[in-house]
Amino acid sequence: MGAVMRSGMQRRLTSWAPVRVYLRDWTFFRRMWWSVMLGSIIQPLLFLLGVGLGIGELVDNGPAAANVLGDTSYFAFYATALFATSAMFVLSQEAMWGTLDGFQWSSAHVAMISTPLTPTDVAIGKALHYAMRALFTGVGVALVLALFDDTRRVGLLLAPFGSVLTGLAFGLPIAAWTGSRTTDASFPAILRFGVIPMFLFGGAFYPITQLPGWLQPVAWITPLWHGVELCRAMVLGGTSPAQMAMHLGVLLAFCSLGLFAMTKTFAARLRA
Amino acid sequence: MSVSLNPAAYTRIVPAVVFDIKRPHLLVERSLMVTRRSWVAMVSGFFEPLFYLLSIRIGLSALVGDIEVGGQLIAYDAFVAPGLMAASAMNGAVFDSTMNVFFKLKITKLYDSVLSTPLTAGDVALGEIMFAVLRGALYSTAFMVTMWVMGMVESPWFLLSVPACVLIGFAFASIGMALTTFMRSFEDFEYVPAATLPLFLFSATFYPVSQYGEWGWVVQLSPLYHGVELIRAANLGEWRVELLAHIAVLVVITVVGSAIAARRIERLLLT
Amino acid sequence: MGSQQSPVVGSSLVKRFGDFTAVDGIDIEVAPGEAFGFLGPNGAGKTSTMRMIGCVSPPTAGTLRIFGLDPVADGRKIRARMGVVPQLDQLDNDLTVLENLMIYGRYFDLSRKAAAARANELLEFVQLTEKADSKVDPLSGGQKRRVSIARSLINEPDLLLLDEPTTGLDPQARHVLWDRLYQLKERGATQVITTHFMDEAEQLCDRLVVMDAGKIVAEGSPQGLISKHVRREVLEVRFGYGLNESMVPKVDGVGDRIEILPDRLLLYSDDGDAALSELHRREIIPESALVRRSSLEDVFLKLTGRTLVE
Repeated sequence: MGAVMRSGMQRRLTSWAPVRVYLRDWTFFRRMWWSVMLGSIIQPLLFLLGVGLGIGELVDNGPAAANVLGDTSYFAFYATALFATSAMFVLSQEAMWGTLDGFQWSSAHVAMISTPLTPTDVAIGKALHYAMRALFTGVGVALVLALFDDTRRVGLLLAPFGSVLTGLAFGLPIAAWTGSRTTDASFPAILRFGVIPMFLFGGAFYPITQLPGWLQPVAWITPLWHGVELCRAMVLGGTSPAQMAMHLGVLLAFCSLGLFAMTKTFAARLRA
Repeated sequence: MSVSLNPAAYTRIVPAVVFDIKRPHLLVERSLMVTRRSWVAMVSGFFEPLFYLLSIRIGLSALVGDIEVGGQLIAYDAFVAPGLMAASAMNGAVFDSTMNVFFKLKITKLYDSVLSTPLTAGDVALGEIMFAVLRGALYSTAFMVTMWVMGMVESPWFLLSVPACVLIGFAFASIGMALTTFMRSFEDFEYVPAATLPLFLFSATFYPVSQYGEWGWVVQLSPLYHGVELIRAANLGEWRVELLAHIAVLVVITVVGSAIAARRIERLLLT
Repeated sequence: MGSQQSPVVGSSLVKRFGDFTAVDGIDIEVAPGEAFGFLGPNGAGKTSTMRMIGCVSPPTAGTLRIFGLDPVADGRKIRARMGVVPQLDQLDNDLTVLENLMIYGRYFDLSRKAAAARANELLEFVQLTEKADSKVDPLSGGQKRRVSIARSLINEPDLLLLDEPTTGLDPQARHVLWDRLYQLKERGATQVITTHFMDEAEQLCDRLVVMDAGKIVAEGSPQGLISKHVRREVLEVRFGYGLNESMVPKVDGVGDRIEILPDRLLLYSDDGDAALSELHRREIIPESALVRRSSLEDVFLKLTGRTLVE
């Protein structure tokens, strides 16, 4: 039994099949990476100028800034959250419409498994593509943050990996759901009642200690809050190693459960 | 995107198109028929601005404190609420008049079959704009009531915020539809948020225009800003002559936008 | 023509798209109650002509009168009396079959009650009553076509335009449609039909014009065209690919006229069997031989030198 599992594992780990799946998305992505990159720079820049600077001025001169934010400027506080929120938005949409396309409209996934590729290869290959997409997003944010004194820190080199983790914590579970869908009817509701509330209440615009007591535990179980806290700590510091480990652990749990569910729904869908 | 607008050509054409509008309400009737089955999606559209408002009320208001507008001090959430109301009127109108219209224009070819009935291109353009505005008016009314329940309404004149949102809806649905007639594929729609996001962020939505300092005049270029100012004035119940200018800007955008849209639809479909 | 006005009269009609001339100066007149056909291959200008008649495409030159009115100035009035079945079913995918018909009725200013009554009546006519509450998308091609036809009848049109009504349908669905169209004709509706199927033109049209490259190359009743341009029967013989042309001298005089195609020879004759006997008498043994009735396809072949469906 053990030997069978081990050889199965070996096959999996030494197989390049998922990479081939990934390369298909990469060839597509490569053609338009410049416009994608531009988007991942312009959007955070707009948010930073609009919210970070504008609302920042109001908050920093406001009555409660010192109590709530300490020495951190609102600009730095909000800016670092963009690593997580941008990745969440980009990957949620990629895992919804960008993935349903492979099952439903262009049927690329369906074509793949008529080759030696397995549904698990397709799922892992897709996950690689999501990771790359999130990395681009994170790098875009880092480039923008490097423009401002408040956020020009060494941690900007690390934070894009926080984007990858946060992005995957959304992308993989959502892709698992997409794998079980035939239409995009449920996607707007996921955005409206899942993604956007997390964006608004998940600690990006203000610490969740501002939320009413009953709402704070809800924020604790959202991947976004852990992503925001992780990315923020990577750049600004001030978080204990234990807390960092906790955020990392939760995000990794979302990722691995998501990937597991994704292999299941992809297999059920493509083998049906 | 190459947009060639020859104003002379369009003003010459406007009367012909506008006089040929007789039955736009029939296209509204069609949209209502469709909505009867998708009302859940329609209702859910109200929640997005509501979530924004709640998030700001719960979290940011305490951090920002009060804001001074026209000599009055008001809570930050009450300051932002009219901006959110205007922005959601814009977003709804833009969505309805871009993606939705493109789909019917180029993909399902709905308008081709409509134009082989006594309806005209003008009926189609105005009918679609009217439905977008109607839906926006429902959201605005719900938002107004929510603000009132939360105690953010300062004056009974705030009832006028709903007609103000209707005006915003007309203006943005007209621009949106006119631009949609120039779009070639769905990829072109990636540029739509690139236009609406800056408008949302920089139309004195989240802080007074005074905060922009010497850049304040740029904000004046945003059509949304004029809508925000109208709604904010309605909430404070204050009358200023400039409000007429804000109204005029939105009316002009509506007239020009819908004339271009009708003319372009005619040109695209009646070849 | 009688005392009634011709529903469609066009003279020297031209339609150009940029440099491309789709319709190149045609004259047409459709009599009341007539089923009038445009026969021709893809790109002959049939659909462009239909769109001009349908008041959704202004003519580049020439004059066109529908019910005696100018389609550019009075498009709205004309369309109110017309039913259109477009080449591709442009049904409203967001609505059910019944709603499709009802909202269409509303576009023609029918009251809601009248539109509903008429819609149900028409669904019965096209035998789709049980699909009334289905969305359009799951329907088969033939069913969608029947919904399109029902929809075009919602305003009880005086003139019905059918652009390739049976293209893409299986034989059974075609026959159902032909049957409905025949019934409509019995009731006196004027029909203008485009098709590139000669059997369809023979079935449906009282009179037709053959179009090629934007021009009318022949006009008449289906039988009249056949008897005028070709013989009553055709003997088709095959000698193997590439060998057919070399056989022409040997079969000379067997039929009244020979048409050479890459894969076969067509010998036109009033008596196909006699022609075949003549071949045998000359001890010419083709790989295969077939005697059939002449069709509009043969007319088209003779007029343009090309086959209709390539």
